[in-house]
Amino acid sequence: MTAAQRPKIALLGNPNSGKSSLFNHLTGLNQKVGNFPGVTVEKKSGFSLMPDGRTAEIIDLPGIYSIYPRSLDEKIVAEVLLDHNSPNSPDKIVVIIDGTNLKRGFLLLTQVIDLGLPTILALNMMDLTAKAGISYDFITLAKKLGVPVVPINARKGVGLHELKKLMAEPIEKPAHQIFQVWKEAETPVKELREQLDIDNDYEAYQFLEQPQSLKFLTRDKQDVVEKIRKEFDFSPGKFQGAETIQRYGYIQDLLNTITLKESDNSWKKDSARIDKILIHKVWGYLIFFGILFLIFQSIFAWAELPMDFIDGLFASTSTYLGSVLPPGVLSNLLAEGILPGIGGIMIFIPQIAILFAFISILEESGYMARVVFLMDKIMRKFGLNGKSVVPLMSGVACAIPAIMATRTIDNWKERTITIFVIPLMSCSARLPVFTILIALIIPNQRVLGFFNLQGLALMGMYLLGFLAAIFSAWLMKLLIRVKERSYLIMELPTYRIPKWSNVGFTILEKTKAFVIEAGKIIMAISVILWVLASYGPGDTLSKARESVLSESRNVKLNEQDLADRVAAYKLEHSYAGVIGKGIEPVIKPLGYDWKIGIALITSFAAREVFVGTMATIYSIGSVHDEDSTPIKERMRAEINPDTGGARFTPAVGFSLLVFYTFAMQCMSTIAIVHRETKGWKWPMIQLAYMTLLAYVSAFTVFQLLS
Amino acid sequence: MAVGNKSVAEMKPGEVGIVAGFTDDHLSLKLMEMGCLPGSAVRFNFTAPLGDPVCISVSGYELSLRLEEAAAISILN
Repeated sequence: MTAAQRPKIALLGNPNSGKSSLFNHLTGLNQKVGNFPGVTVEKKSGFSLMPDGRTAEIIDLPGIYSIYPRSLDEKIVAEVLLDHNSPNSPDKIVVIIDGTNLKRGFLLLTQVIDLGLPTILALNMMDLTAKAGISYDFITLAKKLGVPVVPINARKGVGLHELKKLMAEPIEKPAHQIFQVWKEAETPVKELREQLDIDNDYEAYQFLEQPQSLKFLTRDKQDVVEKIRKEFDFSPGKFQGAETIQRYGYIQDLLNTITLKESDNSWKKDSARIDKILIHKVWGYLIFFGILFLIFQSIFAWAELPMDFIDGLFASTSTYLGSVLPPGVLSNLLAEGILPGIGGIMIFIPQIAILFAFISILEESGYMARVVFLMDKIMRKFGLNGKSVVPLMSGVACAIPAIMATRTIDNWKERTITIFVIPLMSCSARLPVFTILIALIIPNQRVLGFFNLQGLALMGMYLLGFLAAIFSAWLMKLLIRVKERSYLIMELPTYRIPKWSNVGFTILEKTKAFVIEAGKIIMAISVILWVLASYGPGDTLSKARESVLSESRNVKLNEQDLADRVAAYKLEHSYAGVIGKGIEPVIKPLGYDWKIGIALITSFAAREVFVGTMATIYSIGSVHDEDSTPIKERMRAEINPDTGGARFTPAVGFSLLVFYTFAMQCMSTIAIVHRETKGWKWPMIQLAYMTLLAYVSAFTVFQLLS
Repeated sequence: MAVGNKSVAEMKPGEVGIVAGFTDDHLSLKLMEMGCLPGSAVRFNFTAPLGDPVCISVSGYELSLRLEEAAAISILN
């Protein structure tokens, strides 16, 4: 079947109306996440088999309350609904409304009906509605609204067959208009309809009301709209409040007619009781921090096993390929460049999956809105928003999904600040670097009986990153001046048991997004770094073996030692080595030499590469995470020729720890910030700021300690 | 356009009132879309532990607002 014949159906509804459950039920694993063209609003779409054997494309639009847009998400919905020539323009719209509270959902529904789009009304959560003791007259409702009505339970999949039947059938466009445009607006609306050939009054009215949502029109047509707006002195937004009141008036009449039995709200008692504990002065915060602790604990404890497995798998595949492929540039690129690059992405999947499992459970249950409620006042002091908490938490696993999670923050300033400070949260790529450096400079002993000193130091590094993030946010708050107002008008949904399949879909979706978004950049950088580390000026590298042999004539080397030394020699004389030596004067005040310089450069794709580079340059061959003894011992034995003492003194170790905590050192983050802020301004400011912060802090630490 | 005797921000937990109007035009658009309409009953449920934001019930569901937003809703009771 061609795409042209495939019916395109958009799902539209309020946040918390059960739209995702319905979407997941309709499309199953047949879904993909992309972006609406030109903007960073997520577009979820998928395919669903209709009862007549055809396949329909289902588009999940962002949850909104009204077609008058305030946030980026809402603007996209307005555009999809108004632009009939867009490839996203739906043939039909399914409006999903929470059956326990029709009133607010009806506002959006009546707006969609007035736009004259073929609409189906799906009344969701019929199980809860029944439990609440509410009942409606569906037949009268459908007759009054002029659209088909289906009761469903999206969580259990009840009623979906009837819904799909309606989705496949041809439906009439709604005939009557609920909202009548104002007397003053009648003439401009008529004028505009004639000039631009618009099908219906309300659509033309929306063209006049929403100058910011008309980017899809040609310049000429936008000029026509603007001209009419000027000619008739039409000021957008002036009558919006009155329109809302008129619509709610109609809705109240409608509800009075169709409601057979109302609820006494007693079904919400349990939810209110839970809130007494979760919003409690003491228990509220204790439980929240307890949950945070549980999440961190799980990210580090549960993810270790699968991470080791992935690590081992890629290491052995790489070795295997190296041994079976014919020697040559391509084989080397594959075994030493591309494969480890992919491994460097895959290794983070367990942590990201676990993190999003938790976040999704918290969101599904309704608790996340309470976290926002609990934290908003504190976060606002630092120029952030209650909604910044989740992205900042996610930053502990990886900045990429964390930055993508900031899209829920409507306010531009608060969103920008959140994006700006997320990379300061210590992500999981820093963990291997922290682990090896801490093992090197902090004695493995207990203090106060049961605190492990190394564990405390590690916790200290996370705390340092968090404090830097909060401090930077506060700084940004003082520096950015905008007039845009910040809101927190948010629904506190009733608590519910999470729907586990929705949790699964979220994990899948976020992991996929990470693998694709971060993956392509990590891959590219890995290949570039491989070239830098494998090639050098002149023919020094091809003569590496002879040079090492002549240098170590007096030493008895076995084959392994020799190979390791050749690898170290090659790295030293490669382009990466040349750059490392080139930046030595710059990093010397921080206590680093050119060997550490090489590691700083190679870890730009992913920070944990630091460990591997250290291993190569200290010619001890490849190391695995579970056994860091050889590299640790080797680093410990390294001599600083200037002092004659150890290279990795506590001063150098702490300086490096601080450097890695603050430095950007992640190309994928730069790319994602570029995409999310739509320009190079913020990623460049961020890179400069974090590099400066890292440099100055590492310098101070080194100078103070040495 | 505010004709009420106090704002939602001044209400006590458990207190009920009727929305009389808004003291902020811009906020009123959003609040009305969310079902906070003149004439509808509003119940003040609780405040966050730090005193801000607050949670109210209106039009059959629970809404959280910052104090400055709550101050824009004037009520009668």
